[in-house]
Amino acid sequence: MFIGTLVYAIVNSFTLILLAIGFNLTFGISGVANFAYGALYIMSAYLSWMLMNLMGLPFFPSAILSILATTLFGALMYRLVLLRVRGQALSEVIATFGIGLSILELFRYLGFVGFEYTLPVFFDHSFIIAGTYIDMQRILIVGLGLLLVVSLWLFTHHTATGLAFRGIAQDERTALTFGIDSDWIATLSVSLGAGLAAIAATIIIPLGSISPSEGYDVLIKALAVCIIGGLGSTGGVIAAGFIIGFAERFTDTYFGSHWTMIVSLIAILIVLVIKPSGLFGQQKELEERI
Amino acid sequence: MLYVAGPRLLPVVLFLTLPLILSPYWQRVMISLAVFAMLAISWDMLAQSGMISLGQALFFGMGAYLSGIFNHLWGFHPFISIPLATVFGGLICTLILLPVLRLRGIYFSMFTLILPLMLVRTIEATKIFGGTEGLSGMSPLPSGWLELYLIIVATLIVLFGFRRLMASDYGLVLKGIRDNDRSVTNAGINIYRFKAQALFLSSAVGAFAGAYMTHVYMFVGMPVFALDYSIMPIASAVVGGVGSFAGAVLGAVILVPLSEVLRGLGGLRIVLYGLFLVIFIVAIPEGIFHYIQRKYQQVERWVDVDR
Repeated sequence: MFIGTLVYAIVNSFTLILLAIGFNLTFGISGVANFAYGALYIMSAYLSWMLMNLMGLPFFPSAILSILATTLFGALMYRLVLLRVRGQALSEVIATFGIGLSILELFRYLGFVGFEYTLPVFFDHSFIIAGTYIDMQRILIVGLGLLLVVSLWLFTHHTATGLAFRGIAQDERTALTFGIDSDWIATLSVSLGAGLAAIAATIIIPLGSISPSEGYDVLIKALAVCIIGGLGSTGGVIAAGFIIGFAERFTDTYFGSHWTMIVSLIAILIVLVIKPSGLFGQQKELEERI
Repeated sequence: MLYVAGPRLLPVVLFLTLPLILSPYWQRVMISLAVFAMLAISWDMLAQSGMISLGQALFFGMGAYLSGIFNHLWGFHPFISIPLATVFGGLICTLILLPVLRLRGIYFSMFTLILPLMLVRTIEATKIFGGTEGLSGMSPLPSGWLELYLIIVATLIVLFGFRRLMASDYGLVLKGIRDNDRSVTNAGINIYRFKAQALFLSSAVGAFAGAYMTHVYMFVGMPVFALDYSIMPIASAVVGGVGSFAGAVLGAVILVPLSEVLRGLGGLRIVLYGLFLVIFIVAIPEGIFHYIQRKYQQVERWVDVDR
């Protein structure tokens, strides 16, 4: 039982990391808190579902198409709406929240609710690790989570665009003097965040079903992870993902499933009281703390 | 004289006389209008102090549940349970949100967004306070007219009281914190304390609305933490105009009857609110109230000076 819980805790941690990393990336680079994040996650899942079931495409092309479409939507969202209110926290929050709300409630209105709205697993196969059944999809979550984290690290540390990302994140004006187009980088960051949400949806949704309320859940989880880890810090997201992921699974096994939400709530409260900027929010401390 | 007093008297007269001529159905709409106007005022109060809340449902729900507990479990009279729920609801919300006040910007929004949603899950899971069933059988307010005028008068008091407050030196400090908190700190003012006080005022108003609604519906349950109570006030304040409480009320006056008329659209209404938010924040960021105010003040130039 302990080993099984451990295995599922690792899977759960990587699920949370996948959910939070896009939100965190967008905020870390351009300072835009994308409250439409959960809606983008759900939108990409519905897009691939529609491409598969209404247009008759196979799973992989439709998944890739929907990831691309969501990425493009993120870019459009920044260009058409966010660019006009850039730098005003109030307006950015309300605008992204309004967009997310409209998308989710539109899907609910159109009646996209039910068990038939789900995506297929990549490979229908399962293993036994240390006496625990685990299916291929969950292993893929761990693998792809690791792959994404590593490739994001490589991208932000060893490519010109990635370095420009970090430059904008550190000091926008100085970055401008070096010829980095901050609007373009911010567009990229929002669209990349949207793309990461879509990738997470493609991998995680096959384990459950698509529903608009799931969009709010995803946003809650992403925010919880980011609050605990510290906004804009990738290390923080990974640490917080593991903390919440393990805490949730172990309370689920030893105390009962209805305590899981309370555990993350208590974790958030404790972190906020002790260190309001999050566990790894150090470089933001001067900026965020008053 | 009327030029200055007119716009201020207009809402007072309208709010006080309209219930007399409206049908019972629209009187109910009037109640929910006043409740949403209060929540919008409470949101505006926070926004003017630099805190962007995405969870007015937290204040509303806290007041509703406290009043429900006071009335249902301890049998307090509504006239005792509503004020108690107002004060304690405000205190509890302030205490919960106190750690986040040390952070600027987006943290407050994030935390207020997830808190009501998490509290719903907590109540659902642990089955405290009636769980998914909620608490029912609250004692109603003594009479229908009292019920109606209580919330209307309360809304007017909060509207004009907060307007006065924000026009005073105290309000100036709060606005200063929104604009540049470091220079307020440099002036030797403890901004943490001021923010906590603004938060208490705002959450107490929200809690009053919740406590009142508990006794109107004679029921309190998980729906009080629903997203509607967070979104509708923000939409009202943004459509009406942020920064002058009157805008928040005007927004509620426009949006609540509109949503009654559009009831046939069902879930599509929330989609429309979302789009309203985006359109207004991008295209008309000042809001309707400030536009009208500007036009009204331009009329002054046409006044005949000789007489």
